[in-house]
This record gives sequence, C-alpha cells and structure tokens, in this order.
Amino acid sequence: MSEKKFSKQHEWLTVDGEIATIGITKHATEMLGDIVFVELPEKGKNVEKDGHAGVVESTKAASDIYTPISGEITEGNQSVVDNPSEVNKDPEGGAWFFKMKIKNKSDLDSLMSKADYDKFVTENPN
Amino acid sequence: MQTQKTILYNFHKNLGAKFVPFAGYEMPIQYKDGIVKEHIITRESAGFFDVSHMGQLFLSGDKTLENSLEKIIPLDLKEIKLNQSKYSFLINNKGGVIDDLIITRTEKGFNIILNAACKENDIKEIVKCLKPEHKYDLKNDLSLIAIQGPKSESILESIVCGVNKLKFMNGNHFQFENKRIYITRSGYTGEDGFEVSITNSKAESFTKLLVEKGVKPIGLGARDTLRLEAGLCLYGHDLNENINPIQANLKWAISKRRREEGGFNGWENIREDLKNGASKIRVGIKPLGRIIAREGTKIFSSNGEEIGVITSGTFGPSVNSSVAMGYVKSEFSKINNKILLGVRGKKHDAAVSELPFYKKSYVK
Repeated sequence: MSEKKFSKQHEWLTVDGEIATIGITKHATEMLGDIVFVELPEKGKNVEKDGHAGVVESTKAASDIYTPISGEITEGNQSVVDNPSEVNKDPEGGAWFFKMKIKNKSDLDSLMSKADYDKFVTENPN
Repeated sequence: MQTQKTILYNFHKNLGAKFVPFAGYEMPIQYKDGIVKEHIITRESAGFFDVSHMGQLFLSGDKTLENSLEKIIPLDLKEIKLNQSKYSFLINNKGGVIDDLIITRTEKGFNIILNAACKENDIKEIVKCLKPEHKYDLKNDLSLIAIQGPKSESILESIVCGVNKLKFMNGNHFQFENKRIYITRSGYTGEDGFEVSITNSKAESFTKLLVEKGVKPIGLGARDTLRLEAGLCLYGHDLNENINPIQANLKWAISKRRREEGGFNGWENIREDLKNGASKIRVGIKPLGRIIAREGTKIFSSNGEEIGVITSGTFGPSVNSSVAMGYVKSEFSKINNKILLGVRGKKHDAAVSELPFYKKSYVK
C-alpha cells in the first residue's frame, strides 16, 4: 500500500496496485462536525477526476464528496453508510468511503503529500 | 450592519465556541463537544444557552394595555396571571405570523421575549397598537440565559434558592449576588428548564457558576436539533409572515375566547381557516431511511404530485433518525400518510409523523 496522498477537496487516497482507496480527511470531519449521513457511488460507476462521487451530511449541512482521480468504483464501504458517526471516529482509517480501479496513473501526480496537505490546511483553514 | 456580540462573547470563546453570524450577532454554533454530544447532554443532564440576542421587551401601562396588545397578539391577556407566561405570536393584517414569542405578565404590564432577527420590526408593529400613555423598553442591559435538561432544576436551585417551586410557564423574581433577577420555568428544547433574565454585569459570574456545577455550554446547532425533535417552530423557517397560526398547526396558541370573538389583526383570514380548515398545514415528517431532508426539499404524494415543502430538517440524535417538518396540502396531512421527498434528484420514501418526535419520559 502506498503512502497517503491528499486533494484540495480534503480527500485522502492510498494505492494498492490498480486499486485506490478514498476517504475524507480528519480536517474535513472537523470542519463538517458530526456526520449523520453518507451516500456513496454505486459499484461499477465510472467517475471523473474532481467529479461528484457522493454526499456527506453533518447535523449542520450537506457537502459533496469529489473523487480525486478518474476510474471505476469497485466497492463502497457499507459500514460508514450504516454508521455515519464512524467517519468522525476514524476518518483516515476504517471509515474509508470507496475503492476504485485507477484509470490514469498520472492523476496521482497532482495530489499532495501529507506535509504539503498539512501546509495547505494551515494556509486555507476553511 | 455591524455584527453585535453578547456580553458573554469572550466567555464563550474561552469555552471553545465556534461562532457564526446569526440575526446580526456573532453566536456560538457549537463548542468543543460538537452538536450531537451537546444535544445528548441537554437531554440527559443540563446545558446552558446564551440567548441574550433575543429581545426582552417590557411594556407598561394601565388596564388599556391589554386591549391594545390584543389587537396584535391573539391571546386572552386578561386571563394571564401575574408571572404567568404564554406562547403566542404577533399577527399581521393577513393573519400571518410576524414573530412568535413568550409573553409574561409583570407588575407593571407585560414582558415579551422576541426573536433576535425580528425584534426591531416587532417593536414598530407593537407600537402601532399602543396608546401614547403606554411605555415600552427593549432592554439592552439584560442578558438571557437558558438552562435546559433534567438536572437543571437541582443545579439552579443550588445557585438560586426557590426556583424549584416554579411551575412550568411561570416565573418570579429572585436574588443573585444582591441583584434582582427574573427566572421563568420555560425553554425551547422539549426539556424541563429555566430562562434567567439577568443584568449584564452579573451574566458572566452567573454563567461561570453554572459551568462550575457541571452545566455544559450548548450552541445554536444543538438548539436547532433539540427544538426540532420537540416539534417546535423556528421563525423564518417554519413560520413567516405568509403563514397563519392555523396553517402552522398552532391553533392552541390562540386563546379560546379569541378564537370565538376575534378582534385581532387578520381575523377574517384566520376565522375562515378555523371554520373550514387551512388548505395547507404544518406536519412532522420522518424519512424512512437516513436521508436528511433540508429546508426547501419538495414533498410529493405517492402518485408523484407535488404537495408541499420541507421547512426544517436534520438528524435527531435522541430519536436516532432523520426528522423534518414541512407544509403539505391538508388532504395529505394524516399521520402515517406515505409521501416522497425529492433529495438530489431522487424521490425518497417518508411518512407524515406525529409531533413531537421526542417526548420526555419522566420515569426515574
């Protein structure tokens, strides 16, 4: 499994061969507050880099989830759909959102390292 | 307009509040615990809310004050005893709700608690009904602190002796650090609790004592989930100038004598709806799944006909499900009636539900 990479829309991603696992960052959950609803893309759906790939709702508001790379959804994490509060507890671990088959490896180049993401968050706190 | 702050702003900041602009004020939306925890704390223990942004209007005058106010408030004000509180509204000429309020009889007249966003306009509307000899004062030197939850009585009693004698929707004067304060047994969360009107200079020392005794700070976020579970309306969302109290399913907040005699603004329209029923009505709505139906969500009948709109919707932590309120055509308002909610291009199953979603069980 690769090191985590991060997007400006506050998603994280790890790569294992052809498959990427995607979730939202701890910072994102802190911004959102208590998560009460998660809607994930269906298995087999083709999604485009930076395109819409689901919804996460907190007690306050609904926010879109974007996919940081293009590809085909291979699996959604049913446990976060059934227990949305898991996302607040373990956002960058067990509460991943979906896995996808990577279409263009080059999509990964635009993503940030952990250090760069932390810097990005500090400079763009909201 | 410059954003205002309540006297407790820095106190909230030190407690870890996140602020949002609300009705012209910088108000805490939540503290470190977050909305769900704050909600649960209020239901299971006790929380305090700074509601000092709300208007505290004092009216004084002779017996004619009642008649003047009855033009705009559909209560039987003669029936309200000293220190007794009632929920009602200010009504416009079409019968629409200008604001919802709590009115309490005082020695000199009445005290009315008004919504922050409406208070300036409310006064203009009230003054239109008053006589020159009636006096009014929107107090800026008073804070208002709500303490809500099952432990609020015992905790507040340990600070202010005698509050445990207060009955629901009744108030009285008490002493705190040699200052007169006014406390009513009321609130807007569906829990037992109190609202404390206190001079600004004592607001912080009073609130500090609450915190020391284990009362947790609660923000506007949890205030919203609490009031929605309790089936209570939020002005500007579930109520507005184009909705009358009959449509809002709040007939009970118009006194019996007034429902028969009228004599207040918009009576013709309200009489019509009292007699024949309103064409649309506020109902509770429960989505069957976890989907959250936010304000503005369209409501459809099972045949796909558009029948109304959601005015408030969130996740209810105590009922552990999605909850909402909205207005539907009256023929679809029966409890358990199956309806559909249009969320993000899909129609989701839901049902008309009884209100409140959350009922206090007093079993101990």
